[in-house]
Amino acid sequence: MLARAWDSDLAYSFRRSPVTVVAALLTLTCVAGALFAPWLAPHNPFDLASLDLNDAFTPPFWSEGGKAGFPLGTDDQGRDVLSTIMYGARISLGVGIASVLFAMVLGVALGLIAGYVGGRVDALIMRVADVQLSFPAILIALLIDGVARVALPADVHAHIAIPVLIMAIGVSGWVQYARTVRGSTLVERHKEYVQAARVIGRARAAIMVHHVLPNVLGPVLVLATIHIATAIITEATLSFLGVGMPPTQPSLGTLIRIGNDFLFSGEWWITIFPGIALVVLVLSINLLGDWLRDALNPKLR
Amino acid sequence: MLAVGVIAFALFRYVGDPVVFMLGQDATPEDRQRMTEALDLDKPFYLQYAKFVGRALQGEFGLSLHQLRPVSTIILERLPATLELSFVAALLALLSGLWFGVYTALRRESWLAHLIQAASLIGVSLPTFLIGILLILIFSVTLGWLPSFGRGETVSIGWWSTGLLTASGLKALILPSITLGLFQMTLIQRLVRSEMLEVLRTDYIKFARARGLSDRAIHFGHALKNTLVPVITITGLQLGAIIAFAIITETVFQWPGMGLLFIQSVTVADVPVMAAYLCLIALFFVVINLVVDLLYYMVDPRLRIERAAAH
Repeated sequence: MLARAWDSDLAYSFRRSPVTVVAALLTLTCVAGALFAPWLAPHNPFDLASLDLNDAFTPPFWSEGGKAGFPLGTDDQGRDVLSTIMYGARISLGVGIASVLFAMVLGVALGLIAGYVGGRVDALIMRVADVQLSFPAILIALLIDGVARVALPADVHAHIAIPVLIMAIGVSGWVQYARTVRGSTLVERHKEYVQAARVIGRARAAIMVHHVLPNVLGPVLVLATIHIATAIITEATLSFLGVGMPPTQPSLGTLIRIGNDFLFSGEWWITIFPGIALVVLVLSINLLGDWLRDALNPKLR
Repeated sequence: MLAVGVIAFALFRYVGDPVVFMLGQDATPEDRQRMTEALDLDKPFYLQYAKFVGRALQGEFGLSLHQLRPVSTIILERLPATLELSFVAALLALLSGLWFGVYTALRRESWLAHLIQAASLIGVSLPTFLIGILLILIFSVTLGWLPSFGRGETVSIGWWSTGLLTASGLKALILPSITLGLFQMTLIQRLVRSEMLEVLRTDYIKFARARGLSDRAIHFGHALKNTLVPVITITGLQLGAIIAFAIITETVFQWPGMGLLFIQSVTVADVPVMAAYLCLIALFFVVINLVVDLLYYMVDPRLRIERAAAH
């Protein structure tokens, strides 16, 4: 089983590309660091009892006044920067993946319906998609998040801030999925297996889900890989603007925003290290996604 | 598409209770009543809506709930800052993007071309606000060359306040416009490079070489001209994106433009300001799309012929 996977085309093109291997390792490191943050992180930044204000603004260990216990220094409340990054990456990745899933389900469902049902439904869905596509995704996400913030009372909003954020980023990204799926559905619906299913009298919904869907999912998965990087950037941007994750549950974007206030007083590490973590995470996911797209594209072989 | 802006606005208008917000919790019921009547909030939904659309068409969006000044005045104060920043950034992105693109296409194997290619890959992955923070750290905090926030001194020409005529205004413009333009620049550079490589392979370039034209004439007179159609499309559409991304850049640099205003009004739930901003952005997008469509006819003669034939 393992040997067969090693010999496959995909694994071969993976081994042939050193950049991809490095990107995969970096992604794996980030994901592992984020996933196991409660066990791996040197400190728990949200355990108020362990914080000591005397440790505040400790620089990274290699500069003067640094302590080995805080390898990347501490922030204004004496929280270990490395630990907050690990916990922050956890939230960034979680929100990013969740919103990609949201966008994927929404986009695939709408694209499938538009492509299979056709007619007026198709025209309506695709018109909405066209209009949304002419606006940048970040503006749409900002808009939805802003409306939710104004529409919901403050105490209700505080409880559902994360789902709202996931929804806002998800809604801003469904169009690409819908377009891809609609395109392949238009091709698939005229094939014989669909006609056969129709002849034996299966319901329309069943044909869509059981017969067409599995055949249009391939490109969607590639799209989703690259979209995760975009979603993480969108989340970080919203958090940086102060409309994303609240400071009590900081994502990488929130950490950068908090650290930005100390840039001028010389405590650069509070904002630069989360920034580096964000760039490494996004860049390696992007490289992986690019490789996957090329490797699965038979035209480029 | 204008309808989108109006719908988005209509959603906003009736959300929350602005009266409580403006007067605070201690206001007497009589005060509230007076305020409600003054703002027409006691009228039925459709009346308020009709009135809003009518006034929006005249450019009037009511009072800001937070600053208690007409929204149109506030927006007009902020508009020049954002537009100046956006156009300088777009110009920067277009010119340097074109130059880098042509260079990397013509000298494909030189080390500088490889460097630019690698840098553009990183440029696509860097979020705008991080670029801004890095630039501030390098040029303002460490080197102390350039200011990190605000517009510097401005000169008023009528209602338009410009920072382009003073030294401090120009200095303040450098970092934000680089931040805003960098992402678009990498996009344009990649596009120009791939289009240019495509065009250089075509027969008419070979023919031009066979005629013994100079490299310069071939590259800039023949090849570059034919790469311009997609470049115009992308630049045009990106101009809208630049105005939207200005929200982020303005936050990083505390640039007193519309984007900063929008973010501030989101945090204090200032509904009329948000609505006006959205309508304005929608209007920008419609106008930009129209202009891009018209530019096609100017640049691509084939489209003009098709249209003439259709008549």
